[in-house]
Amino acid sequence: MTVDVIQHASGDDAERTRMVWFAGIVVGLLALVPLIASRYALSVLILVFYFAYVGQAWNIMMGFAGQLSLGHALYIGIGAYVPALLWLHLGMSPILGLFAGMAAAMLIAAAIGWLGFRFGIEGVYFALLTIAFSEVARVAVDHIPFAGGAGGLFLPVPAANKATVLNLDGGPLLYYYITLAMAVAATALVAWLARSRHGYIWRAIREDPQAAETLGINLFSAKMRAILLSAAMTSVAGVVNAFYYRNLFPAQSFDMSRSLELILAPIIGGLGTVLGPVVGAFILTPAGEALIAVTHRMGLNAPGTKGVIYGLILMAMICLKPEGVWPWIARKLRLGDRA
Amino acid sequence: MFDRKSGVDRKSGRTTRRTILQGTAAAGALLAAPAIVRAQAAKLKVGLLLPKSGYLAAPGQSCHRGAIVAPKVLSDFGMQIELIDIDTESNVDVARTQAERAINEGAHCIVGPFDSGAALSIAQVCEQRKVPFVINVAAAPQITEQGYQFLVRNFPTGGQLVGNGLGLIKSLLTTTKAAPKTAVFLHANDTFGTAQRGAMDALFPKADLPFKLLESIAYDPKAQDLSVEVTKVRALNPDLLLVVTRAADAIKLVRDMVRQRFEPMGIVSPGSPGLYDEEFYQALGPLADFAVYNIPWANPNANMTKALAAAYAPANPKHRFAVECFNVGFTFEALLIAADGFKRAGTTEGTALMKAIRETNIEDHVMIGGPIKFNEKGQNTGIVSACVQNQDRTPTVVLPEAAATAKPVFPMPPWQGRK
Amino acid sequence: MNIGLLLNVAVQGLTTGLVYGLMALGLSVIFGVVRIVNFAHGEFAVVGMYAAFLLFQAFGLDPIYAAIPIAGLFFLIGFALQKVVINPFVGRPEHEQFILLVAVAMIILNLLLMAFGPDGRPINLSYALDSYLVGPLIIDKVRLISSAAALVMSLGLFAFFRLTATGTAIRACTDNLTGAAVVGLDVKTLYAYTCGIGLACVGAAGAMMITIVDVAPTLAPGYTLLAFTIVIIGGLGSLTGALVGGVLIGVSEALMGYYFQPSMKSMFSFLLLILVLAVRPQGLMGTRQ
Repeated sequence: MTVDVIQHASGDDAERTRMVWFAGIVVGLLALVPLIASRYALSVLILVFYFAYVGQAWNIMMGFAGQLSLGHALYIGIGAYVPALLWLHLGMSPILGLFAGMAAAMLIAAAIGWLGFRFGIEGVYFALLTIAFSEVARVAVDHIPFAGGAGGLFLPVPAANKATVLNLDGGPLLYYYITLAMAVAATALVAWLARSRHGYIWRAIREDPQAAETLGINLFSAKMRAILLSAAMTSVAGVVNAFYYRNLFPAQSFDMSRSLELILAPIIGGLGTVLGPVVGAFILTPAGEALIAVTHRMGLNAPGTKGVIYGLILMAMICLKPEGVWPWIARKLRLGDRA
Repeated sequence: MFDRKSGVDRKSGRTTRRTILQGTAAAGALLAAPAIVRAQAAKLKVGLLLPKSGYLAAPGQSCHRGAIVAPKVLSDFGMQIELIDIDTESNVDVARTQAERAINEGAHCIVGPFDSGAALSIAQVCEQRKVPFVINVAAAPQITEQGYQFLVRNFPTGGQLVGNGLGLIKSLLTTTKAAPKTAVFLHANDTFGTAQRGAMDALFPKADLPFKLLESIAYDPKAQDLSVEVTKVRALNPDLLLVVTRAADAIKLVRDMVRQRFEPMGIVSPGSPGLYDEEFYQALGPLADFAVYNIPWANPNANMTKALAAAYAPANPKHRFAVECFNVGFTFEALLIAADGFKRAGTTEGTALMKAIRETNIEDHVMIGGPIKFNEKGQNTGIVSACVQNQDRTPTVVLPEAAATAKPVFPMPPWQGRK
Repeated sequence: MNIGLLLNVAVQGLTTGLVYGLMALGLSVIFGVVRIVNFAHGEFAVVGMYAAFLLFQAFGLDPIYAAIPIAGLFFLIGFALQKVVINPFVGRPEHEQFILLVAVAMIILNLLLMAFGPDGRPINLSYALDSYLVGPLIIDKVRLISSAAALVMSLGLFAFFRLTATGTAIRACTDNLTGAAVVGLDVKTLYAYTCGIGLACVGAAGAMMITIVDVAPTLAPGYTLLAFTIVIIGGLGSLTGALVGGVLIGVSEALMGYYFQPSMKSMFSFLLLILVLAVRPQGLMGTRQ
């Protein structure tokens, strides 16, 4: 692996302090955005935070531990279905239900991790393994009647006087703060992890597994920790899917395209960096919206135009800044983001 | 016009506490933006949300072809609308965000979105922003069971479709004096197919049909190949094949039936699309003929249908109105409902417009059946189906007799020797 | 149990599986040699289908013959694609290649949507619906032809890699990249040839596919996933592996679809994939690296 954004990890404390200030100011400003933003802008920002959050979760596995998962939709799906079902059938608050979802996601992640890491399934093979699990889940949920099967699971919208924050009933403003908090918390966690023992171990096995092993690192257990943490975090995003949109379909929740869209932001932003996934999400989602706005202004009725341009942008970015946009910006701004 | 009650500045879409917590917030004391004066518009701006790309692109674009001619046709009937034309990319995230954008761009009403998942995403936006939402196509029964106030659906639920469809199968058998003894039900295992399956399981035993349902078989709509499915059906050798398919699957199905020389008395859909798309006719030619589907259909004798068909032809030279009138008709009617509501309400203000839309009573419209009306849940329960049969590669209404333009041919002639 | 019926289902699975294998051959060649994760595989196959569609529309050319010029054209496309776009990404981390090819896939898919629209486009061959009765068996003509094409193509590829100098050189790159570079082989050009040959297979497979399935842009992602599953089950870079993987999936899906709900049949091919990865990660016909 030659992801060498960590080369400048020279512990420049001044740059790090600037970084913390920079991040703090950005979060403070984002918290005030709803005062001036339209609901449309808020709903776009919700998507930005959502993708930043799942990007962080995926980043732990790929960016740090070097394990390519193309089946993260699986954890989102489980994290959506389990709390939704618990709420629907038992009336359990999704705030509690999300822990059940988390446990279920971790259980499946443990199975995938055990298979993958015990049998030395690497790279594309491992990616296919994750896709396979996700597809099996899709078809399986298609056939579970109490989860709505292929027909979909619909969460009733509570009457206005029964709506409570405990049940996550609300509009964009509530979800703006929920997703913002999720993205900030995930970023803080990743920032801490990056400097912790776990972070060093993960990067060691990403760069050179054999060398790491001779240093006495238990590869299996380190990789397991990465996949379990990543799955647990990803499953929380499922709660947003379930309770913000209030309907779930296996064909959408577990679809491969879901897994693919969530890995674009961390890669474009900068794999293995703390702010890369966030920057990636702030570039890609608004870029998509801007393309919609531009094609709409031009009165173009050619469905597909947006997809073509979006693909060209992705291609240009990966050709010009293969290590990601954020490491480049960070160097320009002299902000330390060691990974 | 002031919107004091909600304290929501709707024009800019600025958020207030109401949107955090519907209702529990004492309306907007804290963050209430000043209510603003809204100009009285002469035209109704309609946010048209359809899946023009992504996996639902084919039906989405078909609906769209009906929508683009609607402003002209409605204007001839004295109703003025303007479209804000939006692609949902077959994605619920996009549907929701774009609904917000449409309203920010000034949409007074949302029409769409061909898909139950997207419908529920949009419904929440419309409910919170008090903008009427008229659903053109989406069959999940739950949509009108959630207590939404700002939503109406001029489309039958899966149960209504199957109920009407089974009734028409009975009339078809009576009219043609055919007597099949057995049937197999084959359906796509997707949202629509499962809704139909649920309705079949519930309604078939009560429908008192003269044949026995041997088995219900679900297939994966993502499957590359349907030959085993056909083999399985063929082994049961039913007299009648009941299907719920999409166009691509239906083509594979018929081809494999021909190759495996399986000839039941008929292929009948109790209420689904798939057997009448242009690609079905192009792919199968004469083999497409005599398939029967019991679904709502445009009334060829209605004035508005004639006007719509006349406007449709020059705008869409590559497509036939007769083939597309299901998607086109329902999309047009959704726009008609919005425009008619606007005409009666005389305002674009959401609550008043919604009230007018809920009180809709349109006698003259496109689809077969009585006036368009909504029950207290916003559902039009009066939509009827027609028995339509492919004859000479054209959907032809064969029942009920009042709307029929030809007689049903049943059992269907053998595959061999068709022209 | 009706033996005739069982045989019928098995034969359907076999022919369908060979067609799947045909789809996967090109991926196996590129993936096996260049080690590029071609996530635009299905999109290229669909372009091949549209090419055959256009040739049929314009000249009434039977896709079986159209496969030859299409393969030639795709060879050039593959050669250029590798030289211009992909070569800089060889040896780079998988996720970078992955994003590159996902972007390529997105562009192709949406261009196809813009050019041809979302509806399926059929070609109407006179023999499209013919089938042969062999005792209790019913065998479709189009699937039989495509199966034969799969066998012929893999034989051709086998001969190319064994008997020609270029083929041998490409194999040398696969077996020992550094060694190949040391003895003076122009690895990048050999990669371009490989990608060209791989895409030629994809194009020809696309031409054959349109005799069975009507072409639509939405087919592409499913083909990509299917091809990857087959190649991993069969064994990376193994030509027989692609066919064996295809047949295994075809037959198991057919049998499972017959004995259980057909809507669950794709689950079994993914379970099979998981099983193979756990038991024999190099694939059934692959060799340990």
